[in-house]
Amino acid sequence: MDNLIVSYAPHIHGNQNIRNIMRDVIIALIPAFLGGIYFFGLNALVTVLSSAAFCVLFEYIWDKATKKENTTTDLSAIVTGVLLAFCLPAETPIYMVAAGDAFAIIVVKCFYGGIGQNFVNPALAARAFLLACWPVALTTFKAPLDYAGLFAGEHVAAVSGATPLNVIKHGGEIASNWDLFFGYTGGCIGEVSAFLIIIGAIYLLIRGIINLIIPVTYLVCVGIFGMLFTDYGFMFHILSGGVMLAAFFMATDYATSPVSKRGQFIYAFGAGLITAVIRGFGGYPEGVTYSILIMNIITPLLDKHAKPRLFGKAVKNNG
Amino acid sequence: MKLLTFKGGLHPNDHKAETENIPISDLTPSKIMIFPMSQHIGAPCTPTVSVGERVLMGQVIGNSDAFVSSPIHSTVSGTVVAIEKRLHPNGTNVLSVVIENDFADEKVDTIKKYDDIHKLTKAQKIELVKNAGVVGLGGATFPTHIKLNPPADKKIDCCIINGAECEPYLTSDYRVMLESPMLVFDGLKEIMDILGVKKAYIGIENNKPKAIEIMSQITNNYDGIEVCPLKTKYPQGSEKHLIKAITGREVPSGKLPADVGVVVDNIDTCTAVYNAIHFRQPVFSRIVTVSGLGVKKRGNYRVRLGTCFDDILKAAELNEEITKKVLMGGPMMGIAQHSLNVPSIKGTSALLALTAEEINLNPEAPCTRCGKCVTNCPMGLMPVQINAYAKYDDMETCIKYNVMDCIECGVCSYTCPCGNHITQRIKLAKRKIAASRKK
Repeated sequence: MDNLIVSYAPHIHGNQNIRNIMRDVIIALIPAFLGGIYFFGLNALVTVLSSAAFCVLFEYIWDKATKKENTTTDLSAIVTGVLLAFCLPAETPIYMVAAGDAFAIIVVKCFYGGIGQNFVNPALAARAFLLACWPVALTTFKAPLDYAGLFAGEHVAAVSGATPLNVIKHGGEIASNWDLFFGYTGGCIGEVSAFLIIIGAIYLLIRGIINLIIPVTYLVCVGIFGMLFTDYGFMFHILSGGVMLAAFFMATDYATSPVSKRGQFIYAFGAGLITAVIRGFGGYPEGVTYSILIMNIITPLLDKHAKPRLFGKAVKNNG
Repeated sequence: MKLLTFKGGLHPNDHKAETENIPISDLTPSKIMIFPMSQHIGAPCTPTVSVGERVLMGQVIGNSDAFVSSPIHSTVSGTVVAIEKRLHPNGTNVLSVVIENDFADEKVDTIKKYDDIHKLTKAQKIELVKNAGVVGLGGATFPTHIKLNPPADKKIDCCIINGAECEPYLTSDYRVMLESPMLVFDGLKEIMDILGVKKAYIGIENNKPKAIEIMSQITNNYDGIEVCPLKTKYPQGSEKHLIKAITGREVPSGKLPADVGVVVDNIDTCTAVYNAIHFRQPVFSRIVTVSGLGVKKRGNYRVRLGTCFDDILKAAELNEEITKKVLMGGPMMGIAQHSLNVPSIKGTSALLALTAEEINLNPEAPCTRCGKCVTNCPMGLMPVQINAYAKYDDMETCIKYNVMDCIECGVCSYTCPCGNHITQRIKLAKRKIAASRKK
């Protein structure tokens, strides 16, 4: 018999591929997306969809221009677009969104060789870029939509346009932890509701896309160090700002987080500490973006030195 | 009972249902039988017969004076028609004795039931095992008589029988446990006597509840033998991981099981040891799982060593149209064959005819550094790093990442969402490094 295929083992493959993983991430982002529309209205819908579309478009143009195979089918550009939109206010003008997407896809991702080759998280790098270009637009938040006087009475002050973290820096009344948990607060489209983010995260955990090392380490560190560095509590720190979204969807980005469990722990610990330092002592109200970007840069070093324990390495067997 | 296991590994679709309920049946040997002089780890044998000579079933046709080696026997009676290089299942050309089968199955007269076994010394028993050409029949084919005779400074205190059978598709050990469990126990008893150990464990993955039940019942009649149900996870059948799961001991990097006081043998090796001592019967045949969607009559066959793959697959009704890959061994570690004119040898645990839908034909995509290969590696390696450095032929750095500790189980390639051929590249790196060290 001829035409037999010959190759080294293994001859079979698990059914996971990048497209499936990205599809699962997109599914996991849907609850927070619907929440964003609920809290901030159609603006949120437009911002998220256009951001995803821009990302795909820019990657497609790059592939065409550089005569590469079309890589947009792996769906990773959509994830980048949605994640960037999630950490923007719903009212962000579309041209700013497009500029952010261009930076994320072209500069951060494609310049360095495409998927897996970027050394910082594209969505967070683009957010930092936008924050530097248009600081006012990026930090002006509207209060969530008020359905049927939901926030009437005493509530209204707490759920005003000022984000909880601005309250730390500039004073004011603070939203309750339950409001923060469900998302009745000012903030970015996909960041406000810890509850909806956790629903998506549970899906990713069940599907084996992410593990708990980075999210749990990061949340615990932000909570504990935040408690030490400011006058606010553990729950406030992990429920406010972009912490929850970052813990499950940003810090866990494959390309920019360490590959070994030991490395992942150090990485998440560092990111948590830096977030709390910025919140406690820095000029910005929010430290999530910069903390993760800084740890992204340290990741290659962690990959080099934080090796897992080798089976049979220097063991003592006394019987 | 708590299931024993190890760190890392994964759960491939096991495909065992196709063959696990089919009893072992005999397969007619080929007209032309080929016996490669190397069917074991160690020095190849030199033919001890010449062309034109008539040989009997069980006659030694190749032997070696080297310490690590194992004799080769004819598994049929007939005439030697050639002594020449022939294609070996490992892909190389190996000096082989070719015998034309006369189908008389005339055995050498020393093969019979011996009743004076209790008079034999340990050394005599080891000699019998050696003369019978018994090697590890799990697939690794390390000569068993050497395992049974560890150096004096290595104190062996227990023996583990490997019934994990963690490779997908394979059910040959399972059928042996179901159909002739007493032979396994009698062989194990001999192994324990020779090694002078009081304790033996039989490790069986918990996806074989019937085997666990049958073997556990028999242990009631024996002192010191215990069945250990193992969590079903690949590669539980790896010697190092079996020892870790059952005894908690870790074989140090670069060392052997004997260094932690353990000898591991395969299920079918036990029966071979029993036959060697009680009947002076060499390893004539082995149980081969024939499976995959490319064959119709899937099942477990008792195959005479030297039988051509072509004849085995024809007997199992091979569909040449849809078969894309033929493997000797399981899909995780087996060797792909480019020709079917190759003989079955002592290490042929399975013959799989796989179709396009069963095998991986996807091209490589860029690595996304997801770390799945690292989390799942049962040896605690960083395959992603080794893969990257091996691509650029940087063997120095590969060694720093402990590439030589890789057991080539295939978990990294299997689990890689980008379809990177990591195991394949690591294998190549290991061979390059081994070759440069020999220089």
